[in-house]
Amino acid sequence: MPTKDEIFEKIQVALVDALGVDDDEVTPEATLVGDLGAESIDFLDIVFRLEKSFDIKIPRGELFPEDILTSSEYVQDGKVTEDGLAELRNRMPFADLDDFAKNPVVQDFGNMLTVADMCRFVERKVEAT
Amino acid sequence: MRWYWIDRFLEFESGRRAKAVKNVSLAEEHLHDHFPNYPIIPNSLVIEGIAQTGGLLVCEHNEFAEKVVLAKVPKATFYCEAIPGDTLTYTTTVEYIKEDGARISATSYKDDTLHAEVEIMFAHLSDPRLGALFDPESFLRMMCLLGAFDVGHAADGSPLVPPPRLLQAVGAEEADWQE
Repeated sequence: MPTKDEIFEKIQVALVDALGVDDDEVTPEATLVGDLGAESIDFLDIVFRLEKSFDIKIPRGELFPEDILTSSEYVQDGKVTEDGLAELRNRMPFADLDDFAKNPVVQDFGNMLTVADMCRFVERKVEAT
Repeated sequence: MRWYWIDRFLEFESGRRAKAVKNVSLAEEHLHDHFPNYPIIPNSLVIEGIAQTGGLLVCEHNEFAEKVVLAKVPKATFYCEAIPGDTLTYTTTVEYIKEDGARISATSYKDDTLHAEVEIMFAHLSDPRLGALFDPESFLRMMCLLGAFDVGHAADGSPLVPPPRLLQAVGAEEADWQE
């Protein structure tokens, strides 16, 4: 079972390779979209690199629940509804959604996920295997 | 000008690996315009050639049913230039092929010298309006022209043949093809 430091180091390598950023840019606080410049296509690449690096399976939508953010049931007037937020919290226990919940504009969601969130996500996946 | 940036497949292992050659020739118009009086193949066209080599590998794995487009170049490092008379050998290896897309890693060699290392991500597009850009006839023609079926192997090691859906689309039977 890898330590938290080992998980962070492997995630750092995956993000450096996938996003072409320097390793000192990949800090726990860095946001994937805002700070590291990840675009939607990058998430496919990142997910695969994590799967390979940690020998885990990450089903579509597990790290980034795009289905909730594009659902008319959970999004109204460009904002995630209370039910949507509850579903996001349920699906993303690894992420801190408190700041996002204050003004849950869908467009801002991508800018919320941090490297630390990703580390917690992987820790849970590794523990489960 | 035809948009072919490889000349022939040397190897084609379905779903795994493909190797193709690109002969750089002074007859190519663009060599005279890229840097006047200093003819070298533009690196962007090396990437395109590698994308064609790896893209057809990904397309073939999906039996040409997915609309495969170059989405991202995570890495492209060039170590030297290629000039008229050089033969570049592109070797592309599938890193993964998933529902949404695929990634390949590749090298370009000039004889024994490493010329470039490239990674390419492909996305699978679902927009039906793009169907006309991906017609089966073009794929079959391109694969034949580049000799993929002359050197290729299926995943089980048997000789590579066009998938039934491609043959049906051009009105050919599998039996016709094998003859």
